[in-house]
Amino acid sequence: MIHPIPFILLAAVAVAAALGMLLSHNAVHSALYLVLNFITVAIFYLALNAPFIAMVQITVYAGAIVVLFLFVIMLLGAERLRSAADDVRGPERLHRYTALALALVLIGVVGYLLFQGGLGVGGTAATAGAALDASPQALGMELFQSYVLPFQVTGVLLLAAIAGVVIFGHTKKRGGENA
Amino acid sequence: MPSAVTINWYIALSGILFVIGALGVLLRRNAIILFMSVELMLNSANLLFVAFARHLGDLDGQVLVFFVITVAAAEVAVGLALIVAIFRTKKSINIDEINLLKG
Repeated sequence: MIHPIPFILLAAVAVAAALGMLLSHNAVHSALYLVLNFITVAIFYLALNAPFIAMVQITVYAGAIVVLFLFVIMLLGAERLRSAADDVRGPERLHRYTALALALVLIGVVGYLLFQGGLGVGGTAATAGAALDASPQALGMELFQSYVLPFQVTGVLLLAAIAGVVIFGHTKKRGGENA
Repeated sequence: MPSAVTINWYIALSGILFVIGALGVLLRRNAIILFMSVELMLNSANLLFVAFARHLGDLDGQVLVFFVITVAAAEVAVGLALIVAIFRTKKSINIDEINLLKG
């Protein structure tokens, strides 16, 4: 397991990046903060003996998904919302109170469980995980032996996503109406 | 200071990140930032999956993270295509202005 001091430093970076994503007014800045958060979480994966997941996190999340976000933001020119009123200071104050209540409840529950040492899992140091073989080979064996059917369903899901994107993105050349 | 990082620390970190993502969904009105917040929530769940895989010595958690990442990628692709299609007709991605099924 990771030492407490680097854990706290990394966790501070991750939370700060998430807050930066939440609070920045420019959507491009939000996407870049999101990259920082993803890379920090990838370092946590490395510390948690999950090297393959860490690399997938960097290539798929920080690479592909955020680049897709940035493409769409810049394609639409939608760094900022068009309306003059800032979106956080909108008229819908109910959202803010709902969000505040949700945050208090969730943080309260997590804090209570931590102080109580509850969940039935905490407290003890991980001994079982130390011997776990989480190399890409072991993960691949697990994936293709125990999870073959979900893996193939994933292929169908990706095909459906591709078809959906093509249908949504398609426009007729003439006539000017969307398909 | 405690001498070792236990699973509780990861639960706390994951909870905080999830709450920040939920706050983003509730507070922001920009549809693209809404999607980023959803990604943040999925990511916090992934972190907890990997932490428990390590804690319990079970590789299934990491396999599940693999599937979550795949579904997230498909979701983002379809969601961003939807946003682009909506932007073409309404010239806006403020979700408060997207209130009609037939725009």
